[in-house]
Amino acid sequence: MSDLEAVFRDVHGRAVAVLTRQLGDLDLAEEAVAEAFAVAAATWPERGTPPSPAGWIVTTARNRAVDRLRREAVGTAKLAEVARLQTIAGPEPEQEEVGAVRDDQLRLLFTCCHPALAPEARVALTLRMVGGLTTPEIARAFLVPEATMAARITRAKHKIAKARIPYRVPGDADLPARWSSVLAVVHLVGTEAHSPATGSAPTRPDLAADAIRLARLLVGLRPDEPEARGLLALLLLTTSRAPARALPLDRQDRALWDRGLADEGQELVRECLRIGRPGTYQVQAAIAAVHADAPTWADTDWSQVVALYDLLPQTPVVQLNRAVAVAELDGPSVGLALVDRVDLDRSPVLHAVRADLLRRLDRFAEARAAYDAALARTANEAEQADLRRRRDALD
Amino acid sequence: MAQYLLSVVTPAEGAQPPTPDQLEAIMARVGQLQSDMKAAGAWVFSGGLEAPSTATVLRPDGDDVLLVDGPFAEGKEYLGGFTVVEAADLDAALDWGRRTVAAIGLPIEVRPFAW
Repeated sequence: MSDLEAVFRDVHGRAVAVLTRQLGDLDLAEEAVAEAFAVAAATWPERGTPPSPAGWIVTTARNRAVDRLRREAVGTAKLAEVARLQTIAGPEPEQEEVGAVRDDQLRLLFTCCHPALAPEARVALTLRMVGGLTTPEIARAFLVPEATMAARITRAKHKIAKARIPYRVPGDADLPARWSSVLAVVHLVGTEAHSPATGSAPTRPDLAADAIRLARLLVGLRPDEPEARGLLALLLLTTSRAPARALPLDRQDRALWDRGLADEGQELVRECLRIGRPGTYQVQAAIAAVHADAPTWADTDWSQVVALYDLLPQTPVVQLNRAVAVAELDGPSVGLALVDRVDLDRSPVLHAVRADLLRRLDRFAEARAAYDAALARTANEAEQADLRRRRDALD
Repeated sequence: MAQYLLSVVTPAEGAQPPTPDQLEAIMARVGQLQSDMKAAGAWVFSGGLEAPSTATVLRPDGDDVLLVDGPFAEGKEYLGGFTVVEAADLDAALDWGRRTVAAIGLPIEVRPFAW
């Protein structure tokens, strides 16, 4: 990754957050940040990366925004705005209080996740503003045409501006009602980090770091609320396995797992257990913690895993994962019977799981067909390569 | 401050119209809400509308204007009434919208004024 790319991943969300507060306009903030990065791409390679890249980006973006407002200023109201912005002797993010930047990031997150926006727009907007993903990347992640995603994001930004969706973290009274949709979006950012729908890499570390950072902010905002803690634990535990993720969990080299992240995740799971108010993120984190405890796939405490899956709402994905655990506990034929009852035909994972169970039952022709079905359902190149290897190993 | 239109989305058919007793209770709640809006400085204007069958549509017709009996579109819902509120932002407008839902028991559309 180049210097600039690294700075982009690290700084984009923070810069948009700070500038949205200063400019009072999300769209203008985003465009100004994009322009600042374009200037950086043109000048840094020659002049070198400035000592404070984040500060440089925010300052350059603010100057660009002021220039643009001045060009467009026709009425006195806008000129007054230009004058106001010019007097913001903006401290650079590094020098600004950590608390202030943190608050801006939470504001940006809550604005992007406002319940007056459609759920699919909330995730897209968060990935765009906080994660710095491009519209084509987001479109690929959600398997929709680029034009559709562009329209969705434009419409959401337009509504934020025109309907005056506030740039603010809700007060204590409204916070609980807004909580689950924000957690859901951060969870989806993490999900996209660990199974990008397309591309050659099995993970996107930059997005995983964003999701973890946001979850930490949420835990800080409501320390007594265990689901945020559960979500953070889940993200940490999932990310701890990222270095080994070229392979599915059952064949991963567990020595590659990031012990530091896993330990923090497990400690959080223990804290959740002490609080004693379980929720779906906490239970999923607890399942991940059981895996983190096991030195090998075979040593996993499968009865514990099955018991935890029983606590979750029985969505098709949960049924599938539970069936995998049951197959380890009670044998492949019991597992296969459960898998065949799961309504998730579009998922490559379902077909890959079926294929593995069929192989263990020596039903090789059916296994081959199931691997092919899985291959037909994923565009992720790393997944495809692994599936092909497993299919060809049947010979 | 901005202004928002709170529209009462009224079902055109299928739904039982409220009984006189129910209507009286609704009107009492709406009256209370309106005085709360006034006390908060949020109330701009409000009113309930007669049925769409009482509407007349005027259409431009060259230099002329054409009169047509009935509403501009027959739908499953119609605009039964509305309130215009003054609010700092969408959250504040949505709060009034939420209280209007509670008072009337029908869906409320909240929409910002452009000017």
